[in-house]
Amino acid sequence: MKLVDIQNLTVRLGGNTALHDVSLEIRSGEIVTIVGPNGSGKSTLLRVVIGALKPTAGNVQKSDNLRIGYVPQRMHIDPTLPMTAGRFLGLPKRVGATQVSQALTQAGVPELATRQMSRLSGGQFQRVLLARALMNRPNILILDEATQGLDQPGSAAFYLQIEDVRQQLGCAVLMVSHDLHVVMSASDRVICLNGHVCCEGEPEYVASAPEYRALFGEGTKGALALYRHTHDHTHSHDTQGGPK
Amino acid sequence: MLDDFMIRAALAGLGVAIAAAPLGCFVVWRRMAYFGDATAHAAILGVAISLSLSMSVFAGVLLVSLLMALTISTLSGRGYAMDTLLGVLAHSALAFGLVAVSFLTGIRIDLMAYLFGDILAVTPEDIAIIWGGALLVLILIGARWSALLTATLNSDLAYASGIDPKREQLVLTISLAIVVAVAIKVVGALLIAAMLIIPAAAARPFSRTPEAMAVIAALIGGVSALGGLWAAYHFDTPTGPTIVCLAAIIFAISTVVSAINTSR
Repeated sequence: MKLVDIQNLTVRLGGNTALHDVSLEIRSGEIVTIVGPNGSGKSTLLRVVIGALKPTAGNVQKSDNLRIGYVPQRMHIDPTLPMTAGRFLGLPKRVGATQVSQALTQAGVPELATRQMSRLSGGQFQRVLLARALMNRPNILILDEATQGLDQPGSAAFYLQIEDVRQQLGCAVLMVSHDLHVVMSASDRVICLNGHVCCEGEPEYVASAPEYRALFGEGTKGALALYRHTHDHTHSHDTQGGPK
Repeated sequence: MLDDFMIRAALAGLGVAIAAAPLGCFVVWRRMAYFGDATAHAAILGVAISLSLSMSVFAGVLLVSLLMALTISTLSGRGYAMDTLLGVLAHSALAFGLVAVSFLTGIRIDLMAYLFGDILAVTPEDIAIIWGGALLVLILIGARWSALLTATLNSDLAYASGIDPKREQLVLTISLAIVVAVAIKVVGALLIAAMLIIPAAAARPFSRTPEAMAVIAALIGGVSALGGLWAAYHFDTPTGPTIVCLAAIIFAISTVVSAINTSR
């Protein structure tokens, strides 16, 4: 079932065209990762999906029962605003203590309900954000570079948690990530964005696509080559893949 | 036994304190202090307009404050350097207001009463307007409390939950104009922002949730209003400034107490 169906989307922001003629769809249960250089419109695309931006042209169709769980890129809570993690989970809809502890457990931080948000570490904060995104039992989880500011073990653990959550809830996941290892190993589908959809497909296909290499390959030759090398050894079956 | 005018003053002060507390919390959380100042300073222009058109001061102040707040609100989304812009607007509104008042040669008005308030002169009608406005603000903010909080935390988080942060901003803008209009007689245009910010800031160290902070701020505001009234009567000092002084003293104590508690 299609959760989100985007047709020929164009978004202009202050005279610049952030996205043009983007078409894609998100089906239930799949993990879709958006990659692309800075300024390629990744966050813009997510903000259109959550309703924060209106398309300049094109069509964004959302399924009627769409329940979005959104984890923002970076969030600052003003220190003048007292907020326990438990209270934060009840925004905007108040929830009971059992639901709070259930969501925190699902996000891997069961003990944080009474802690102040401003006192949490970066990793704890992201997990509380994840727990809040789970409150309305989403069928799509949207994450905008949710591991920014976490160290590598921290972000790896965070993505494992997301994988875990997806298995429990069966929700789709739409995320923006710079973490190529994670992108390639955990996604069903990768969309390479640079104002438009450069290429799209299974991780292996996208990684070998000339459009993707043009964006990422030349500059990061060493790192990417190393990554592709190890990946080839661990997954011998998926060399096909193709354009959608 | 309290005099009649003291009871009226107490009722007026309490009404303003209670309405200002939850709104003041949002002003603090959203860093809108200067925004509150600009809106309040524009009130003097409202006073001049109401007097020259011989309309109700509440209506004139409400109108001008609302216009000012909406102007700032609109400009704030457009990437201007906000602190500079607010500084320009706040002080020029005050200056234009003062100049406009000086043109009103036919009417003798006590400018001090509008700059610093004249709580001892409130009439029963004033009290009705103050409490009407206060209840309106409380209902407005109470009804949209969760949405306002979500929008205050993060606008994208609000959008994803189906909340339009611009609408919530408008709710706060309108509430601010109402509070300015009802508070001008009590603490005056120059000190309205103080009644918004100081009780909320004083409540912060004792609060674990936003709701607690709003309630504690209302208590502190109420105590400041009643205590300030008493002190002004006792020491024969101007009432509005005395109320603000008391709030400031409570803020200082709260800050020191919390500093001692955290260092322990």
